[in-house]
Amino acid sequence: MKILVGIKHVPDTETKIKVAPDGVSLDPAGVKWIPSPYDEYAVEAALQIREARGDGEVVLVCAGPEEATATLRQGLAMGADRAVLIRDPRFDRADGLTRARALAAVAKAEPFDLVLLGKQGVGTDESQTAPMLAELLDLPHVTAVSKLELGDGAFTAHREIEGATEVIEGSLPAVLSIDKGINEPRYASLKGIMQAKKKPVDVKAPVDVGIEDAAFEGDAKVAWSAMELPPPRTGGRLLEGDVDTQVQELVRALREEEKVI
Amino acid sequence: MTGNILVFIERREGDVKRPALEALSVARRLAEAGGARLDAVALGSGAAETAGKLGALGADRVLACEAGFLDLYAPEAYAATVAAAAKSADAAVVLAAATSMGRDLAPRVAAKLGAGMLSEVVELEPGANGGLVAKRPVYSGKAVARVSIAGTPAVATLRPNVFPMGEEQPGRAAEVVEIEPGIPEDRVRARVVRLEKAAEQELDVAEASIVVSGGRGLKGPENFALIRELASALGGAVGASRAVVDAGWIAHAHQVGQTGKVVSPDLYVACGISGAIQHLAGMSSSKVIVAINKDPEAPIFKVASYGIVGDLFDVVPKLTEEVRKLKA
Repeated sequence: MKILVGIKHVPDTETKIKVAPDGVSLDPAGVKWIPSPYDEYAVEAALQIREARGDGEVVLVCAGPEEATATLRQGLAMGADRAVLIRDPRFDRADGLTRARALAAVAKAEPFDLVLLGKQGVGTDESQTAPMLAELLDLPHVTAVSKLELGDGAFTAHREIEGATEVIEGSLPAVLSIDKGINEPRYASLKGIMQAKKKPVDVKAPVDVGIEDAAFEGDAKVAWSAMELPPPRTGGRLLEGDVDTQVQELVRALREEEKVI
Repeated sequence: MTGNILVFIERREGDVKRPALEALSVARRLAEAGGARLDAVALGSGAAETAGKLGALGADRVLACEAGFLDLYAPEAYAATVAAAAKSADAAVVLAAATSMGRDLAPRVAAKLGAGMLSEVVELEPGANGGLVAKRPVYSGKAVARVSIAGTPAVATLRPNVFPMGEEQPGRAAEVVEIEPGIPEDRVRARVVRLEKAAEQELDVAEASIVVSGGRGLKGPENFALIRELASALGGAVGASRAVVDAGWIAHAHQVGQTGKVVSPDLYVACGISGAIQHLAGMSSSKVIVAINKDPEAPIFKVASYGIVGDLFDVVPKLTEEVRKLKA
């Protein structure tokens, strides 16, 4: 089984976000970049399928900047076979369809039985790529999969929705986005890290996958005009007195002043 | 305005979900600003019966697809039906709530329409050439981006619990228009075959107006009972920090923060949670935050509206008791 796994190159979740002087970009100073955490669950799911079946190939694909090569190597170190980088820093804030079109071109160039992605790229947090990619490839999709079983040309997936779990049955090939909780991603071994350095990363330009410059500029469907930090929360108060007094005062304030209980 | 507005109405077991009504209320405002018609699209058996409620909240028409195979969610069929409805309604703007279903459905609809999409917006206004201007949290709420779509069609999902529901106007009616599924049942390649519910029905942190969360300060999974009791007394949902989810004390569905759910309830009570940056990103937009923690230096106190420095094993049961007295 041949599996394509989409990877997004994102700031580490521990990053303290700062806005660049242009008022809209992320200030890159001191930012460490990682694969989106959900993508690691997708890579792990792909590796487990390959191992369970005893054959197949796991190919990573990323639409991102030159530095995303290092992010892809992390997935290769976990055990993926090879990677494709569609190299352009503008992908990070490109509209969802542009990103999906780039991945779709790679998926179409060689047939895959399964396409896995993380359920969202932490950062822009749009969760658009998987359903859009499925539409462009004319495949079924399921997002936020928390449990997956593959049968012969078919799958059963679970996904957590508000207060319940959906059980979904579908046919392969399919595009699935993966939620945390499906597995425990492995750490790369030293041997894996060494091997990853020799694994092929095929670098393409956007135009190689049919994305013209205009898709990032005049034809971009979504424009970012500003980014700001939320105002700091102020006016907090520490309650005083013994525990009983504090608790009574808290309940009174929540009831009478805040009117939330 | 260069076209109309279409809102996707999410239903579960026949009932309209509240976030869909919030989206409808926002759509009403956009429609009035632009002199547009407001259509709502509802799928599955009994879809037409929503017309009373949706009409009272501002829908001019309800596009109802009563096909029984749409009673449970089927992404391809839902997307095809909503996209076809958008085309037939001459919709410039398509809105859905950013629920599990809306997040899954809307991007596929946008791709079918070749549309730009804004995810999980928290502010929404009409934009240039019939498009949209919005604010949306990015980096899990560590920043807010101003984004826009110039031109049509434009698709957006709205974060639940953020936009108020409009006033119902009793007697205001929506016209029902029956529509066909966008694709026949035999072309559906993935579909929900059943819903599984926990034996004890739990409120979801993303939907609740009150969330009580526990962290490492609980010392062990068995002590989540304290959190559950307080949540139950308050009528709220049970949340958790990443540390305790990763430790296996509670399921990931409860995790609040950057690799869990981003929440903005009226009241968030953090018990024994120090407040790692990833957690703060997920709950800082809550209206009122209460922090209970032994460590006065814990970062959670920086975002708290009310702080109690103390042992949660002492404070939380007393708080539960006090809330119960109040509600008795």
